[in-house]
Amino acid sequence: MSKLDAKIPEGPLAEKWAKYKATQKLVSPNNRKKLDIIVVGTGIAGSPAAASLAEMGYNVKVFCFQDSARRAHSVAAQGGINASRNNKNDGDSVYRLFYDMIKGGDYRAREANVYRAAEVSSDIIDQLTAQGVPFAREYGGTLANRTFGGVQVSRTNYAQGQTGQQVLLGGYSALKRQVALGKATMYSRQQMLDIVVIDGKARGIITRNLITGEIERHAAHAVVLATGGYGTIYYLSTLAVQSNGSAAMAAYRKGAFFGNPSFIQIHPTCIPVLNEYQSKLTLMSESLRNDGRIWVPKAEGDKRKPKDIPDEERDYFLERRYPAFGNLVPRDVASRAAKERCDNGFGVGKTGLAVYLDFRDALAKQGKKVIKGKYGNLFAMYEKITGEVPYETPMMIYPAGHYTMGGLWVDYNLQTTIPGLFAIGEANFSEHGANRLGASALMQGAGDGYFIAPYTVSNYLADEISTKVPSTDSQEFIEAEKDAKAVLDKFLNIKGTQTATSFHKRLGQIMWTHSGMQRNEEGLKKALMEIADLKKEFWSDLIIPGTANEINQELEKASRVADFIDLAILIVNDALNRKESCGAHFREESRTEGGEAMRIDDKYSFVAAWEYQGIDKEPKLHKEDLKFENVEVKVRSYK
Amino acid sequence: MKIKLNIWKQANAKAKGKFEKYELDGVDAEMSFLEMLDSLNEKLIKEGKEPVAYEHDCHEAICGCCSLYINGHPHGPGKETATCQVHMRSFKDGDTITVEPWRAKSFPVLKDLMTDRNAFDKLMSAGGFVSIDAGQAPDANANLVGKIDADKAFDAAACIGCGACVAACKNSSATLFVAAKVSQLALLPQGKVEAKRRALNMVAKMDELGFGSCTNTGACEAECPKGIGIDFIAKLNREYLCASFSESE
Repeated sequence: MSKLDAKIPEGPLAEKWAKYKATQKLVSPNNRKKLDIIVVGTGIAGSPAAASLAEMGYNVKVFCFQDSARRAHSVAAQGGINASRNNKNDGDSVYRLFYDMIKGGDYRAREANVYRAAEVSSDIIDQLTAQGVPFAREYGGTLANRTFGGVQVSRTNYAQGQTGQQVLLGGYSALKRQVALGKATMYSRQQMLDIVVIDGKARGIITRNLITGEIERHAAHAVVLATGGYGTIYYLSTLAVQSNGSAAMAAYRKGAFFGNPSFIQIHPTCIPVLNEYQSKLTLMSESLRNDGRIWVPKAEGDKRKPKDIPDEERDYFLERRYPAFGNLVPRDVASRAAKERCDNGFGVGKTGLAVYLDFRDALAKQGKKVIKGKYGNLFAMYEKITGEVPYETPMMIYPAGHYTMGGLWVDYNLQTTIPGLFAIGEANFSEHGANRLGASALMQGAGDGYFIAPYTVSNYLADEISTKVPSTDSQEFIEAEKDAKAVLDKFLNIKGTQTATSFHKRLGQIMWTHSGMQRNEEGLKKALMEIADLKKEFWSDLIIPGTANEINQELEKASRVADFIDLAILIVNDALNRKESCGAHFREESRTEGGEAMRIDDKYSFVAAWEYQGIDKEPKLHKEDLKFENVEVKVRSYK
Repeated sequence: MKIKLNIWKQANAKAKGKFEKYELDGVDAEMSFLEMLDSLNEKLIKEGKEPVAYEHDCHEAICGCCSLYINGHPHGPGKETATCQVHMRSFKDGDTITVEPWRAKSFPVLKDLMTDRNAFDKLMSAGGFVSIDAGQAPDANANLVGKIDADKAFDAAACIGCGACVAACKNSSATLFVAAKVSQLALLPQGKVEAKRRALNMVAKMDELGFGSCTNTGACEAECPKGIGIDFIAKLNREYLCASFSESE
């Protein structure tokens, strides 16, 4: 029997969440103070969840590996946050946002979850505004909006190109308020090593204090993971260099199913790789595609300066291939189109792995002042990194690993297959299907944190009011701590010759080559072999200086890389299993005559949820069939 | 190119630190400063030596982790630049580069170039928020915010909490950090309700945490990677003064 029950409430789509809230189990304010909740991660989902649960009266312990809750990589989200407020009177609605996400996700997301995300989107903007988040405003004082890829309405709220920072700081300030009130306790510089499961329920975590190296045990009635995505599996990605998949892997090893691990978004507009030492790729916000036009020369290997190439010799390939959406096609479509041009020899720049993003026409029409107002900080950032001025010459961009639609499998309650273990924000798999639309990551993360987890976690805790917080001296805690220590010792005792970073780079290369923007059976099988070899080498030739009883950044890296290696195997298995193209997952074997991605709905209209079976054993596949009762499943066309 | 490095090494918070000299060959002008340090560390590890501990994460000048004091300047050369945006093209072959951690009583060194900036979190808990719970918010368009105020509030809110202002200040004052938060929230109708309380509490906390006083030197503004101006300090002073006269709490 499959254990997958999505627990979607009965009733019409638009009434499910209201019905859930009206009939869910509650915990009275008096009992809340007897219940402890652990939240791991302080990004756009974690801090809001922690703050909101603390506001309700629960005792919340919050963990992050950074020195402060304000550093999580949500801070770097640039372009905006969607809300179906119809501020522009252009036909937006909850249903429209829901529909755009379902279609954008290439019909691989769960209808009920997506609808709920769209439903709470307006409340998020109200909440953030009330916290003092300075969203862009019109002269009349109302919210300003802009357009993002894959949609035909303007529903994106923004704070220049630093929306993620402002939205994150809103959640952070709410959390700091709860810390001051004594309802939330902050544990920063703590790396989560394991989840503790007692009698089948998540009851705590094991962490490493990154300053002292001490292994700590923390118990609670429920654990919420808000630990983000694993795009850094490619080594070079748009994510912060410390972002990782370790918490998700710990949960997976303890029995939480992993949903659609191979659904990883490759973002089309990133600054291309400049040198071999590079440790990170920088994203240029999708919002730039509102005014920038993407092109390559029509002639192969044309080495003229971009401004010397006249319009008739330029190939505006997105406008040519997708006239209805033009430069604002969704990310997966734009990324593949750029790769196709470069693979065929039309790429520009030193490496030929870049396309132009040109503001010439927008500058001529709107003037430098207006363009600067919209994108000033992005242009400045581009100039700092490349030394080139986008006001004078087009930007060069190329796709890079970005966001993971895949993540821990969760039901409608955002609960994993381990009772009492919740996964929110990017850490779960649920709302974006096989491709995420721009400005909906902040929306989903904040929605989970402020307005969904507080209800669903309460619903779970209602049955726990007479349960005492488990003792951290219980056998399960002792065992988990012992296991965690053993792994750290193992790393330190290898005493080989290669650094964790060098392994991470090689893993990234394998994944980018065989399991990146385009995948095929042969390449994926090759990847499995290469990863297996790399894994052996890692466990026999890793070098880590220092000890476990001090600040040891190399030890931290090694434990992340070890998890990435196992996660890579899971990703490749998932990619192999799904012999269709959908969203970001493009299998070369499954495309139309025109070269577009081809879904195979009768075989693959399901969520692939993988169950851990033990070290180096093949994971077991469970399928959650997706039912589309409110949208017609169509070929996703942006032509 | 070849460069010489003079880097602060300190085993832990209690240990005595000292400058250590390193030489690094094959430095590419296109490398970022952090990538240069990464390659130094890779080299040191392979030689069986202790790498240099330092903090960095987003590499996009927004997380505020990076905190290197390079050749006498927080975040090194370049205006409105965080450490992660410094590239080796700013240096010449044969240069000696001195790298230190932030130096401030309230930011104790943890190891090498890592400091404890928890004091900023404590400052935020002292009042850097609006007291509103999830679910209580009115419609975001119910309180109109003029574009000029919204933009000004954003300029203040752009602070990344790196601590360069404190490191740059001869008094190790956190006034610019506090001023940015107090100003952001005081400029918006949502933050006005508790603006007075906020100004008083955050300033009191700043003193309690051992940050120095502001003497209007302006070094903080000159070194701030986000270009936050000391006009916000003027705004803080105004808020604080008004609050001192009228707030009886």
